[in-house]
Amino acid sequence: MSTQVQERETDTEAEETSDQQQRRRSETGERDDMRERAETDLSEADETVRIKVFRYDPEVEGKKDPRFDTFEVPFRKGMTVLDSLIYARDHFDSSLTFRHSCRQAICGSDALFVNGRQRLGCKTQMVDLEWPVRIEPLPHAEVVKDLVVDMEHFYDQMEAVEPYFQTNDLPDGELEEQRQTRENREKVKMSTRCIWCSACMSSCNIAAGDNEYLGPAAINKAYRFAMDKREGADIKEHRLNIIEQEHGVWRCQTQFSCTEVCPKDIPLTEHIQELKREAVKSNLKFW
Amino acid sequence: MSQSYDRGLIEDFGRWQEFSAGMWAWIFHKFTGWVLIGYLFTHVAVLSTATVDGATYTQTLQGLESLLIVRFLEVGLLAVAAFHILNGIRLLFVDLGVGLEAQDKAFYAALIGTAAIAVASIPTFLLGAF
Repeated sequence: MSTQVQERETDTEAEETSDQQQRRRSETGERDDMRERAETDLSEADETVRIKVFRYDPEVEGKKDPRFDTFEVPFRKGMTVLDSLIYARDHFDSSLTFRHSCRQAICGSDALFVNGRQRLGCKTQMVDLEWPVRIEPLPHAEVVKDLVVDMEHFYDQMEAVEPYFQTNDLPDGELEEQRQTRENREKVKMSTRCIWCSACMSSCNIAAGDNEYLGPAAINKAYRFAMDKREGADIKEHRLNIIEQEHGVWRCQTQFSCTEVCPKDIPLTEHIQELKREAVKSNLKFW
Repeated sequence: MSQSYDRGLIEDFGRWQEFSAGMWAWIFHKFTGWVLIGYLFTHVAVLSTATVDGATYTQTLQGLESLLIVRFLEVGLLAVAAFHILNGIRLLFVDLGVGLEAQDKAFYAALIGTAAIAVASIPTFLLGAF
């Protein structure tokens, strides 16, 4: 792992210093250079892993038809799916497009469909997968280019549940903290771990067929705030009004797909079920 | 972006081999539910022959029971009902938020229970059919 990081750092430095030059460099020269680097790495590696990557680019003639490209990537201990993609992009095809940022399962950029399952590229070890590894963009989302999907709809659903703290019940002192009890914090703990990667939304069969369904991530976000006792009764009622609508919690049919793919192990179905019970309780009248 | 690519529903039933326990439970529950609704209609149709007279009803039932396929369908119907009931109990617990971490095991248990009930019913339903 350490050698890999070092190598990548030097790569970046080199690219930065000769940025202008590289831009001027002809495409053939660049490709030769890439092939040379790849060949050296390949000869040094004991083992290679074959990755099949979904390719699609509507803006380039000849790439408009979706296809799979195969890359032979030198395998290193500790290699993740994201590492292999970065390698393929840096050494074989610089047009290979995918989102990534933090590489430590915090930013939620690189949710991919790897070997038929939604996973975070940076959190998935190559050794844990069956080879060759098939990498596709998230299902049930429109593909913009290669592995990049349009996340707009997902973000709209997240915004719909007002994913921020609201309260009418402010403390008296200006500098006084708004404290949460330990028990209450424990209650919402898992739901706060969401990284907005959209893996759950992509795995949900219901969300695929119902464009208005809030989806597991948004409902989990609603749970995080609806269960926060600092928000007060009025705001909880307002939140329940949003989630108990026809396309809210009641669309969930407990397939558990979201819970299974969540890279942060959030018990999504459990949270949705709890909100269903809250919605029933808020509407039950015994008089 | 000028354009984006919609892959349609290829990721759904085309990938049935990768379905998880929860997904299979959902599919089977839907399927058995529809079969039971379908059965209710035939059930009402058969029972309504009794409104003509007792002999017609007896004749209808004897006619149906003499068909080998009907005997097998009865085993199938029991299996369908048993799964729907057992998985229904599983879903009840899921709705109550009890034992959600064991929901996959509960599904397998429902399958085993269904198989056991169906196998145990074979002597009753197929007696004298051959």
